[in-house]
Amino acid sequence: MAGAVAAVLGLLLLLGSAGGSTGPPRDSLREELLLSPLPSGDLAATFQFRARWDSELHREGVSHYRLFPKALGQLISKFLVRELHLSLTQGFWRTRTWGQPYLQAPAGAELWVWFQDSVTDVDKAWKELSNILSGIFCASLNFIDSTNTVTPTASFKPLGLANVTDHHLLRYAVLPREVVCTENLTPWKKLLPCGSKAGLAVLLKAERLFHTSYHSQAVHIRPICRDASCQSVSWELRQTLTVVFDTFSIGQGKRDWSLFKMFSRTVTEACPLASESKIYVDISSKTQENELLEVTPLPLSMHEASVQGDRRTYAVYDLLSPSLFNVSRSLNVQLKWKRPQDSLDLSTPVLHAQRYVSGYGLQTGEISTLIYNTHPYRAFPVILLETVPWYLRLYVHTLVITTKGKENKPSYIHYQPAQDRRRPHLLEMLIQLPANSVTKITIQFERALLKWTEYTPDPNHGFYVSPSVLSALVPSVIAMKAEDAEQSPLFTSLFPSSDGSSYFVRLYTEPLLVNLPTPDFSMPYNVICLTCTVVAVCYGSFYNLLTRTFHVEEPSRGGLAKRLANIIRKVRGVPPL
Amino acid sequence: MGLLSDPYRRRALSRLILRLNTPLCILSYLAGLGWFLGLASPPFTLRSYMSENAMGSTMVEEQFVFGERALSYAREFAGHKKKVGGIPVAWLEKTMWNLGLEVYKQPFSRTLPFPDEMRERYMVKGTNVYGILRAPRAASTESLVLSVPCSTGQPNSQAVGLMLALASCFRGQIYWAKDIIFLVNEHDLIGMEAWLEAYHDVNVTEVLSSGMQGRAGAIQAAVSLELSSDVITSFDVAVEGLNGQLPNLDLVNLFYAFCQKNGLLCTIQGKLQRTDWDTLPAYVHSLQTLLLMVLKQGSGRPQGDHGLFLRYHIEAITVRGINSFRQYKYDMGTVGKTLEGIFRKLNNLLERLHQSYFFFLLPSLARFVSIGVYMPACGFLILILVLKALDLWMKLSKCDAGPEEQLCDGDRGAGHAAAEESRPGLLTLVPPLLICHATGLTLYFLPVLGQHVATQHFPVSESEAVVLTVIAIYVAGLALPHNTHRVLTGCGSERGWMSLKLLSLLYLAMLLGCIALINFSLGFLLAITMVPVAAIVQPRGPKYLYAVLLVLVTPAVTLLLSIVLYQELIEYPISALECWQLFLQAVSEGLLDHYLYGSIVFPFIALFVYPCWLLLWNVLFWK
Repeated sequence: MAGAVAAVLGLLLLLGSAGGSTGPPRDSLREELLLSPLPSGDLAATFQFRARWDSELHREGVSHYRLFPKALGQLISKFLVRELHLSLTQGFWRTRTWGQPYLQAPAGAELWVWFQDSVTDVDKAWKELSNILSGIFCASLNFIDSTNTVTPTASFKPLGLANVTDHHLLRYAVLPREVVCTENLTPWKKLLPCGSKAGLAVLLKAERLFHTSYHSQAVHIRPICRDASCQSVSWELRQTLTVVFDTFSIGQGKRDWSLFKMFSRTVTEACPLASESKIYVDISSKTQENELLEVTPLPLSMHEASVQGDRRTYAVYDLLSPSLFNVSRSLNVQLKWKRPQDSLDLSTPVLHAQRYVSGYGLQTGEISTLIYNTHPYRAFPVILLETVPWYLRLYVHTLVITTKGKENKPSYIHYQPAQDRRRPHLLEMLIQLPANSVTKITIQFERALLKWTEYTPDPNHGFYVSPSVLSALVPSVIAMKAEDAEQSPLFTSLFPSSDGSSYFVRLYTEPLLVNLPTPDFSMPYNVICLTCTVVAVCYGSFYNLLTRTFHVEEPSRGGLAKRLANIIRKVRGVPPL
Repeated sequence: MGLLSDPYRRRALSRLILRLNTPLCILSYLAGLGWFLGLASPPFTLRSYMSENAMGSTMVEEQFVFGERALSYAREFAGHKKKVGGIPVAWLEKTMWNLGLEVYKQPFSRTLPFPDEMRERYMVKGTNVYGILRAPRAASTESLVLSVPCSTGQPNSQAVGLMLALASCFRGQIYWAKDIIFLVNEHDLIGMEAWLEAYHDVNVTEVLSSGMQGRAGAIQAAVSLELSSDVITSFDVAVEGLNGQLPNLDLVNLFYAFCQKNGLLCTIQGKLQRTDWDTLPAYVHSLQTLLLMVLKQGSGRPQGDHGLFLRYHIEAITVRGINSFRQYKYDMGTVGKTLEGIFRKLNNLLERLHQSYFFFLLPSLARFVSIGVYMPACGFLILILVLKALDLWMKLSKCDAGPEEQLCDGDRGAGHAAAEESRPGLLTLVPPLLICHATGLTLYFLPVLGQHVATQHFPVSESEAVVLTVIAIYVAGLALPHNTHRVLTGCGSERGWMSLKLLSLLYLAMLLGCIALINFSLGFLLAITMVPVAAIVQPRGPKYLYAVLLVLVTPAVTLLLSIVLYQELIEYPISALECWQLFLQAVSEGLLDHYLYGSIVFPFIALFVYPCWLLLWNVLFWK
């Protein structure tokens, strides 16, 4: 008996060990924080939590979730999503003064999804998906409907493993009005395996994160290769969060910072579930004056990488290395400037853009986009995507693109006109930007009159036009080494550069606020009364006066014959003459 | 309306109008005048109130303590300004950058159509410097503007100092939801126009300016600050903008509310408000304030840098610090607190200011007259023209129908029988119309086009040449051939002048009605003078008396009288010679306003009102 039990136990153990080696899919979590001082002196902190799951989500029967959040996993398998990118942003990344963003996002909410080609009704799936995401992230993504959804043809390519480029499977929408606050941050944090209990997520204290100049949180899900041979697919979930701290207002003019000063927390340990947990501090400086700044505690290792056409040096703190917490129990990275910076001329990034509404009055207007290429000698093309709501009626014949005073013909134009109350304008263009130039794109529009129920509750605030999207392969000034994507920090692996000489940049311009002709809603009663009175009383009488002539009719009783005839008629029961 | 469809009653009505025409006209004129004078007294004026909820009951707590810093900035700025001899661009850029603003500059140039002798400028070159405070976690969709003019002649360094101190106070705050633009504009209005045009990327006037680098979305409101002393005794607010446009009344209320809160004295048109409301002196006082506003608004000139914002639907006011001989003075701290309060309230706005009135008259800061109340004053005056026109119309139709002994009931008059006779009658109206409008066109175009010819032939400067040409053409218009109809038909018929007068009365009524909707003050000033004389003028009776009266009500004389009245109201009486000089100056300013900022007063007078007046002159000399 005992022997039998032992045998069964042994069998069970054996089965268990065998299942452990092949059965449950492998998953891993890597957390990273990049702290980089911006050219303007502000400080950007970018968190990235990368969960990777070696499992086929689309196959039926996946029910055991470990690091990968179940809510998102089920979503992907239910709606056959190939790729999903959602970002919620409060504020605007100021490319001109802050440099090229690491992770780009437009102000408000942005969602773009590639579906599998087995999806039959993409629009339906999109609608349901956005509603479910709205629930998961407590955001107003349920306002995504056909009036703000577009299908770009060239701007958004799948970032992950995909051989399908049929753009009908893509849906893209931006809600520029969306306000992002703690209610969106909390569900986002809940997706993390360690929550905000341990690891880098400890720093994510809402009170401090929303005391910043810029806050952007995102979720990117995509399939990637499991290994070098790329025989099978793994799913990757990146949760990223970027905040920009205004060191000027925090430090009363001094631009020194420390983790504690910014987050009012320090790091004490790595997330126990994470296989990698690192803090990178960007200590590169352009003029080889590395002695300008001082980082404490001393970094254990340094890492050099070329990021976005720039050579960067990072001080790396590996939270998993035991030597880090030897000296003190917590890690509080500090950076001190030895000399105050006072340079008026900031180095401007190679590509930046500005957009505004020109003109005055409530009838017409003009959307102008200025795209700057400050590269000294290289021209490069850029794809511009404009999504304009239907109530701004674009006149495409007024589209003018000028560079250096000359007309610049786009080599590719895709225009989809709007349909009233059904879909927005979509304009995609491929424009060549000559070296060291400003390209101005203008297009005129007419403001439509809405129906009175279509106005928002605050119509005099204006209506938002979502940011335009610029996608470009920017030639790099320096030669870039092909690097191991797994080793370099963060984002370099999200947008793989095609070759060593250029890097991919996606930029978003400012959203626009446009006033539409707005009736005075405070006096509909007066207006209705006045209009009705005018129509009822004046119109009819004036019409009468203008169209008829009046004669004074002499009363005549008619001759004897007529009277007789009438009497006879009355007897007969016929109406009188 | 049934009244008009019934021929009997209609006949009675037309008889009534014919018989009682003159008394009705006199009554209507008196009603109009009386109504206007009554506007300053309580039943017509309402106590002003804040309509915008976002600026309502809760008051902000101001924290501005940088009064001393403002003064030191001001001294430093004044020193640099003196050294550079203009706007110290580099110093401003550096200071703003150190305050943590995004700094931009905007060079511009403008060649005036003719030299401005009062301000001594012809080819203007300047630079506007502005710094943008980026609101944290906002996408630069909305902004507010604090602008400070900086010209060589006018001392305004305290305003610049206060602006910089405010910027440093604002920079550290987290609560901004809208970007704030701190603008120092050179050459006051020209610089402001250049900046606004570049910001909105339009070219309304012929300002040349480089493109603009930094923008901050749709501007919601703007405050222009003028301050030239370290301490002030009161704040004056200017509201009248280009073409008589006004900012939303809530902005004025906001200014008033914060002055009250900080115990600052505040004035409008330089007049304090009185506490008593039902006494005669108080009534006279508020009537004076009202009249000053009407005169300023009627001129169509922007009464401060804010005036140009209004075209872009940006609510704006100009705030001036006054330092008079009053004993109690306020320091920069209080002034700064007031402005901080205004900006924080504007920052709270969820929508553009739209709740309150855009058309109003202010007999004092705490009271206002809304458009519904003041419009009847103009309506009564225009009614006179309509009554007279009806009278003429009926007389005309009567004498058409008269020979045939028919019932004369209006419509029939213009009927078949009189058609042959009325045709040449209408034709005779065409030449005077054409001639009068051609004179108007000459008056509009010739002075500026012909200034060089004039300076070659006469010993005058360009600006004198322009003004004198304007006056010459104006006067010459009186001597033009006013009897073309005699060439056409042989003699001036009774019908002829009546139909011409009918036409010009209706024309005048239309002009006044239209302009009163845009700029009530201008419409009212023109109506109160022109209407009675236009109603009585005819080529019979005391012709020379009519001629004198007609000359007295011509727009030019109205301008002259307005200047005299204005000087009386601001208690600064002037002699006849000074008055004449001011008149010449006003004419050249009127032209410059049109060419530099797009004011419509000069073209309106030259192209419409003056020709219409000439038509009346034609009527007078018909025979």
